[in-house]
Amino acid sequence: MTTTHDVHTPSFMTGDEFHIPTFRLLQQDGSLFEGAEAPELDKEKALRIYRAMLVTRVLDERMMAAQRQGRLSFYMQCTGEEAAVIGATAALDDADMIMAQYREQGALVYRGFSYDEFMNQLFGNELDYGKGRQMPIHYGSRKLHYMTISSPLATQIPQATGYAYGQKLAGEGHCTITFFGEGAASEGDFHAALNMASVHKVPVIFFCRNNGYAISTPASEQFAADGIAPRAFGYRMHVIRVDGNDVLAVYRATQEARKIAVEQNQPVLIEAMTYRLAAHSSSDDPSGYRSRKEEEAWREKDPILRMQRWLIDGGWWSEEEEKELQESLRREVLETMKRAEKRPPPPLESLVTDVYADVTPALQRQLDALKTHIRKYPDAYPKGARSLDPDVRPGGDHKSSDEQGGA
Amino acid sequence: MPRMNMLQAINNALDIAMAEDEKVLCFGEDVGVFGGVFRATSHLQEKYGRARCFNTPLVEQGIIGFANGLAAQGSVPVAEIQFADYIFPAFDQIVNETAKFRFRSGDLFNVGGLTIRTPYGGGISGGLYHSQSPEAYFAHTPGLKIVVPRNPYQAKGLLLSAIRDPDPVIFFEPKRLYRAAVGEVPEEDYQLPIGEAEVTKEGSDITVLGWGAQMEVIDRAVELAEKEGISCEVIDLRSILPWDEDTVVESVLKTGRLVVTHEAPRTGGFASEIAATIQERCFLYLESPIERVTGLDTPFPLTLEKEYLPDHLKIFEAIKASAAF
Repeated sequence: MTTTHDVHTPSFMTGDEFHIPTFRLLQQDGSLFEGAEAPELDKEKALRIYRAMLVTRVLDERMMAAQRQGRLSFYMQCTGEEAAVIGATAALDDADMIMAQYREQGALVYRGFSYDEFMNQLFGNELDYGKGRQMPIHYGSRKLHYMTISSPLATQIPQATGYAYGQKLAGEGHCTITFFGEGAASEGDFHAALNMASVHKVPVIFFCRNNGYAISTPASEQFAADGIAPRAFGYRMHVIRVDGNDVLAVYRATQEARKIAVEQNQPVLIEAMTYRLAAHSSSDDPSGYRSRKEEEAWREKDPILRMQRWLIDGGWWSEEEEKELQESLRREVLETMKRAEKRPPPPLESLVTDVYADVTPALQRQLDALKTHIRKYPDAYPKGARSLDPDVRPGGDHKSSDEQGGA
Repeated sequence: MPRMNMLQAINNALDIAMAEDEKVLCFGEDVGVFGGVFRATSHLQEKYGRARCFNTPLVEQGIIGFANGLAAQGSVPVAEIQFADYIFPAFDQIVNETAKFRFRSGDLFNVGGLTIRTPYGGGISGGLYHSQSPEAYFAHTPGLKIVVPRNPYQAKGLLLSAIRDPDPVIFFEPKRLYRAAVGEVPEEDYQLPIGEAEVTKEGSDITVLGWGAQMEVIDRAVELAEKEGISCEVIDLRSILPWDEDTVVESVLKTGRLVVTHEAPRTGGFASEIAATIQERCFLYLESPIERVTGLDTPFPLTLEKEYLPDHLKIFEAIKASAAF
């Protein structure tokens, strides 16, 4: 519907009329802002959130180191954005759908994805739910309601609108959250998604991690407007901007957003202001496009440290517990990594399964020809040969039934 | 003569084109100060300013739509799509707009100045979305030209031709060779012809045809075959569209056998088009069925990438099978 109000001299608007505030609760020293009220959060939940942030940080540090050692082909860190991702996930029902971009491993950690499950994907072994087909960090989990990651940017955003529309029709009170960066929000898919969500009254939360950079491109070269938030006005959508390094604010904002989505069937846009502390990926070197000084300034705003101080001040956490947890997590990461590295690759058949629900006759012929070829040159295809000749497998490394399934 | 890798050769070609003609513009995601994620546009912003070499927002359909408009206006845009796997949001702009601009306007308007550069291909542990070879989708689109270089020398000469060509060109760069392929490249300006294949090695028993990164794979296969006494003629197609039928026909009339290889899936791959045309024009001269050595009819895998790829051993086997038919 278009409203109109007549004027008789030309009058242009630029959007500067709108001033978008940033919702903040927690200061960097761990105390609340004056007048700010902490969200209702019991100790158990607060520690579940904190633990997930720490698990994510340790995983990221160790796996980036493993990539540098050549043990892993590729990696992407969530570092600096743990509060945004995990705070938002914690505000949802655990059965709400998550459609992430690729930097949201924290959401999976919060929902209970184990280090073993991460490692199996990262090493693309026979236990990887994605069957070794995608690059590292492309996780997915049906049981945890986390859609498998797809590298092309922003494609998940309109899909989230569609998924959530289905949830609305199903009437079980669930919604979908979709995460994306401020760069991905430039894609046409973003705009299509928001418009359709508003028009069709869809219970979806669009969560933008405005982390300052799309690979090397700074936000200042990504859009001319005041961030991503004002775009919501164009679609008549609820919107809030939140300090993405403030886990309490993110949690509270997302809780409210979920209410709007599920109770009113209205989409919400959340813009979380944060910073990608690490490189875009293991293939990137940020020294080519941003200063150490800028990075240091953001390191001071570390979201994990902020929450840790709040927890310690409140008597829910201690330095000793922190030290103990960090040490045990580091140990666990290394142990699970060693396990995953040793596991065999997925079977050769995994090349042709899942293209369709059933393997077509033509694909079966292609697979048979490939097997014949590999048998002729087994040394040239160690992974394929290993799959064709199970005797090559090291003893005792066979899958147990409870390690499979479970995706 | 200086030695360059393929990235340096491409960077050098862009530098020459921008220095020569101020209408030449380079843009895309991360192309500006960073010089592109592969650094193909390094230092161009420094040299030619932010108005001529710049970062775009992250929107492929926008990049190519913008480039179409610029080209229609008379500028010479060289637009980069960061990975060929990410070209598809721009598919509408390329297939319905770029390719048909001249035809639908009765040549009132054209976007002939446009060149789209994009890295393609596997062998870099890129999985589904950093490995694809989408040339066949575009080969089904009259109005486009498609060029794929095999080494640094070819990359520079063909890219300069693409930029100056009167028609829009998609320039697929074999990213596996970006740093791996090093060779002599003249400092000066030169062009290599679009639409012409090159016979890179003469032989008498069989013709082996490919393009881009597959050419070095073919060379390894041919080395094995020649040790077994099979004399191979090797052709680099270089241009997928328009493709040089005559050079291939002439070779197959001589050898009577043809193996075509590409990384892309088999069904609907460009090898199919070549095989159909060659059997039409060389039917009575063929000694054996035309062999295709391609990727499987599946998305591109990761852990089993080596098994998936049409490598030198698979090509060698196809050469032997064809010769023994």
